[in-house]
Amino acid sequence: MDKFIQVCDVYFRYDSDDESSRNNFALNGVNMEIGRGEFVAVVGHNGSGKSTLAKHFNSIYLPVAGNIYVNGINTKDDDRLFDIRKSVGLVLQNPDNQIVAGIVEEDVAFGCENLGVPSKEIRSRVDNALKTVGMYEYRTHSPDKLSGGQKQRVAIAGIIAMEPECIVLDEPTAMLDPQGRNEVISTIHDLNKRMGITIILITHYMEEAVLADRVIVMDSGKVLTEGTPKEVFSKVEMLKQHRLSVPQATELIHKLKGCGYELPECVLDENECADALAKLLTENKVGGKNNVINKS
Amino acid sequence: MVRDITLGQYLPGNSIIHKMDPRSKILLLIAYIVVIFLCRNFVSLLIISLFSILIILLTRISFLKYLKSLRMIIFVIILTGIFNLFYGTGNVLFEWWIFRITTGGVNNALFVIVRITILMMVSAVLTYTTSPTDLTDALERLMKPLSIFHVKVHEIALMMTIALRFIPVLLEETDKIMNAQKARGADMESGNVFQRVKALMPVLIPLFVSSFRRANDLAMAMECRCYNGGKNKTRMKILYFSKIDLFASIISVIIFGAVIFTNTLFQPVI
Repeated sequence: MDKFIQVCDVYFRYDSDDESSRNNFALNGVNMEIGRGEFVAVVGHNGSGKSTLAKHFNSIYLPVAGNIYVNGINTKDDDRLFDIRKSVGLVLQNPDNQIVAGIVEEDVAFGCENLGVPSKEIRSRVDNALKTVGMYEYRTHSPDKLSGGQKQRVAIAGIIAMEPECIVLDEPTAMLDPQGRNEVISTIHDLNKRMGITIILITHYMEEAVLADRVIVMDSGKVLTEGTPKEVFSKVEMLKQHRLSVPQATELIHKLKGCGYELPECVLDENECADALAKLLTENKVGGKNNVINKS
Repeated sequence: MVRDITLGQYLPGNSIIHKMDPRSKILLLIAYIVVIFLCRNFVSLLIISLFSILIILLTRISFLKYLKSLRMIIFVIILTGIFNLFYGTGNVLFEWWIFRITTGGVNNALFVIVRITILMMVSAVLTYTTSPTDLTDALERLMKPLSIFHVKVHEIALMMTIALRFIPVLLEETDKIMNAQKARGADMESGNVFQRVKALMPVLIPLFVSSFRRANDLAMAMECRCYNGGKNKTRMKILYFSKIDLFASIISVIIFGAVIFTNTLFQPVI
């Protein structure tokens, strides 16, 4: 796959007057590659550096050491700052704090206006972006009358209107209710599948990470492990050691396997889990059912 | 309670007034305010009041909304009305102790009440029919000449946009913090003025802290969307002076002319 973003041995620390925290690096030698059109989930517990990393992809933060290349452009290259920000959009956690204008469509237009896109084209881009996220009928509303999930979709539309190649989402669902979370996640998947936009989803919900093409696990400013969701979540013990959870279905099967049942190596969602259990039950018909219930 | 504030409240619609260029709306409103205060007799006051009602009807927004815009200043209207009642010369209608109501006072009170009421309602027409961004955009264009004096017009307009956007957000936050402090036993309703002001400190400090955090986030979100200080910025909506604006301006000029003419024609009552 074509490499879109390359992160090469990146170190970063926040400015601090405190002498003792000078050597606390938020990023501690991160290496990763993101392919064009990929859907990557970055997971990690609080303070693992995942949000700090997210802000490196479009030059909000610059690495203290190491380099990040977006489309072959170094993020430290000040002359091409807007090229980078145009191709990599960032959606933040709090939907309230990233909406600038008092009307939905005018907020979506903000990015295009800054880029100097001609007025007519802005209009069509804004309409398309709002239709893509399913917020077109709310275009003349004021953002404070919308729900959290709707606001977050407006924020995503504001990024899409700039026609980026990649969208980085920094815990976009952390402040939303389950319904809003579903809305946002399905919107993101839709963008990836239909428009081929590269997605980097920073999250601490493992259920969201499971749906990605690739999962990168971060811990104390480093990449701990990466691979397909199956590969990553089969390492249940290792993830637990690093204070990370796994999806509930995965955990259940893992525990059952620990009790000596013959089950697949790794399941990711409820359906797979149910299938695996049904298979197990039909195979050991005699007394099997009681056993399973007793032990789990 | 905080939801009732009408400041900067925009009600989307499709009326003629909505379609007017915000710049002409602002300029005509300024002219209108000047004319209201030029009125010195009942004929001119009647003309301008009827004109105001016409404008309000043209917006096709429910009259209740306009009454709501008055709610914030109803006390100001009543109070100035009462003060003006006792302030004036002319035939004495009623006298008791130091209070004396004269025909001049009654006229004064009537004029003040009508003036403030229609002034507020017509100002509400501007905010009800113009989106906040259009409004600040228009102000930016109108203030453009000031940039030769190194006034940062774009920044001022952006600050206004953001302020209007965050007023409801911060009001909601204030409500939340107040409830949180009340849940911990904070007493904000009793005591004298000083005690109450002091009781507000535990609300204001968290509000300030969170505002800074929001500002930080917002700045980052703006940078993500290539904000560069308004250089080479284009607009989604282009403001242009249309036939409606020309028509509205001509009508307004005629009405304003009529008001000033009747002002000189009849005897001033105040």
